[in-house]
Amino acid sequence: MINLIFLTVLLPLIGFIVNGLFGNKIKNEKIIGIIGSSTVGISFLIVVGAFFQTLSLPVEQRSNTVELFNWLNVSGLHIKFAYLVDQLSLTMALIVTGVGFLIHVYSIGYMHGDKGFWRFFSYLNLFIFAMMNLILGDNFLVLFLGWEGVGLCSYLLIGFWYDRNFEKGTTSQAAKKAFVVNRIGDFGFLLGMFLIYYTFDSLNFKEVFSKVATFPVPETTFSLIALFLFIGATGKSAQIPLFVWLPDAMAGPTPVSALIHAATMVTAGVYMVSRASILFASAPSIMIVVAVIGLLTAILAASIGLVQNDIKKVLAYSTVSQLGYMFLAAGVGAFSASIFHVMTHAFFKALLFLGAGSVIHGMHEEQNIQKYGGLKKYMPKTYLTFFVATLAITGVPGLSGFFSKDEILWNAYANGGFAFWLIGVFTAMLTAFYMFRLLSLTFYGNERFDHHHVHPHESPAVMTVPLMILAFLSAVGGYIGMPKVFVGEHGNLFESWLEPVYEPAMRKLAHFGAHSHLEEILLMVISVALALSSIYFAIHVYTKKPEIAENFANRFKKFYNLLLNKYFIDEIYEAAVVQPIQKGSEKLLWKFADVKVIDGAVNGVANLIDKFSGTLKKIQNGLAQSYALFMIAGIAVILFLLILSL
Amino acid sequence: MLTIPMEYYLILSAFMFTVGVAGVLIRRNAIVVFMSIELMLNSANLSLVTFSSYLGNSIGQIFVFFVMTVAAAEAAVGLAIIIAIFRNKLTVNIDEINIFKW
Repeated sequence: MINLIFLTVLLPLIGFIVNGLFGNKIKNEKIIGIIGSSTVGISFLIVVGAFFQTLSLPVEQRSNTVELFNWLNVSGLHIKFAYLVDQLSLTMALIVTGVGFLIHVYSIGYMHGDKGFWRFFSYLNLFIFAMMNLILGDNFLVLFLGWEGVGLCSYLLIGFWYDRNFEKGTTSQAAKKAFVVNRIGDFGFLLGMFLIYYTFDSLNFKEVFSKVATFPVPETTFSLIALFLFIGATGKSAQIPLFVWLPDAMAGPTPVSALIHAATMVTAGVYMVSRASILFASAPSIMIVVAVIGLLTAILAASIGLVQNDIKKVLAYSTVSQLGYMFLAAGVGAFSASIFHVMTHAFFKALLFLGAGSVIHGMHEEQNIQKYGGLKKYMPKTYLTFFVATLAITGVPGLSGFFSKDEILWNAYANGGFAFWLIGVFTAMLTAFYMFRLLSLTFYGNERFDHHHVHPHESPAVMTVPLMILAFLSAVGGYIGMPKVFVGEHGNLFESWLEPVYEPAMRKLAHFGAHSHLEEILLMVISVALALSSIYFAIHVYTKKPEIAENFANRFKKFYNLLLNKYFIDEIYEAAVVQPIQKGSEKLLWKFADVKVIDGAVNGVANLIDKFSGTLKKIQNGLAQSYALFMIAGIAVILFLLILSL
Repeated sequence: MLTIPMEYYLILSAFMFTVGVAGVLIRRNAIVVFMSIELMLNSANLSLVTFSSYLGNSIGQIFVFFVMTVAAAEAAVGLAIIIAIFRNKLTVNIDEINIFKW
């Protein structure tokens, strides 16, 4: 099965080609949907097979390379197109194909009747193809191929409904924004790759990582490499300062938000940092940067999420915030905890988005949570699954989010410090609050929609069954990564599974001061207690006493507006970056450099030739005698010279 | 026997050629220009014959026959062109014929 891993990449590509080329001829939604879903479903089965095969191997042999062909052979640069099948890539591949398959199935119901049905499925398959390349690539270049590919698919799918309006502009503008912001990050990633190649003379993961220990490389080089790679990660994974595209990415269809902008693509940055853990571990100063950026992003996004009224916007900021947690974990050296959170987050956030899609579907494309309310009785299945996901993301003990979040917070405390933990817990409180605000406003309380026009209804089984599967995973997915304090040193299956991947990085990092179990349990209890009180408060305010929220908003009008307008970050970027670039492009590059310098030079040459030939052409007057005169003059000159030379 | 030195012939030839050139450049009547061209050809012929005779080599004289043949053909074509131009422009004044340009 390991050797068949290339099929997991090939099948979605075939699905993309078939649906992309013939989709508009097939027209039958069922066939298109089955082609699109089954390619990913089969990929998932292959990954499962490869997973169990790898699991059966002894630990030292679990990292296998599958070489496909020589990709590049240019003076000194030899790159093989090869896939690395190890614990980390298999974990990610399971998430991507598994959750991806469920979302494909869900999309059959959600996109029913859309005129771009076939286009949607071909893009989704293309996305899976690119994402699998990103995950499985055994060198930075294949990773980069996937990295750019998922960016393209994200662009295509955000702007999928290109003829619709979105907020103040169009969906195409949102797509463009996502693409451009991602390009900024990609540029950082490229620089990082160049520096890696320059330093280690290779782009292959295994070669580079093995050279890290032996090559005499100054720490500043490591810092630069790690910083550049991290800039790439901030773009793809929506961290400060490049997170602004993700909330706008909600312009795309909801399954896209679930698949690309919650479960898989945005975690590519976390995966990359995790894959290059040894490079980051060799640059302690950048590790701190990663942790701090993650923490700031987490709290900033969570605070914005408190006041948003668009159901998908709340979830988008929640995603940004949760991604911040993952980088916090990576930054404090808990790489396996960050991947663990990637996994649990993929379950519950995909579920939340799909649930939101189901609600939007049932409410006739209404996305404003202030116009929902009391939907519990209309959509029992959606409500139940959404409720499970909300509990999971909030970190209620026993559900998956609790285990992963707790591990991150504990690592933040143990390796980062008390301040990290405190901000992390505060963010968890905010998370609990806005998630239960969302739940209350949507499913509890008064029905605030217009009964004459809106008739809420439950979604078809093709949509609710994936919800239930994800709900099951969100509930129990965490038990493979139980905290060591409960299950002993080797009881955390997830961490033990990934341990060999991070082993070199872990040797570099100074680790764990002495912390007692009591301390860990105490912190756990505190964070759970805070989250639960936050939940109680949110339900109380938004189902029973909405006036409290209003009073609060009125009393802190300025702060409320600041949050509602997302700290004016879009506006600041507009004024500080976009406008200067636009003005500079217009005034300097267009009107001066292009019109005056380039056009001036070209037109100047043309004018010069025109003038010159205007003078010269007077010689050619058409009179035979004047031509004869020139000939004779020429002959005379030649003769004269001949005579002189005698 | 009194022999005329070669230079005399050559000077005459050069004189005829110069007159021909001057005629081509200066005169306006196409017929006269044409006649001047013939004069230049004949001056060249004279040089050829002179050298042939003085060097005792008959090739030059044979060559002259060829030149005369070509000149006859050229005269026929040239006169035909002049007539064609005259029919078009009603003039043979070459100052007024300036169509030799692009």
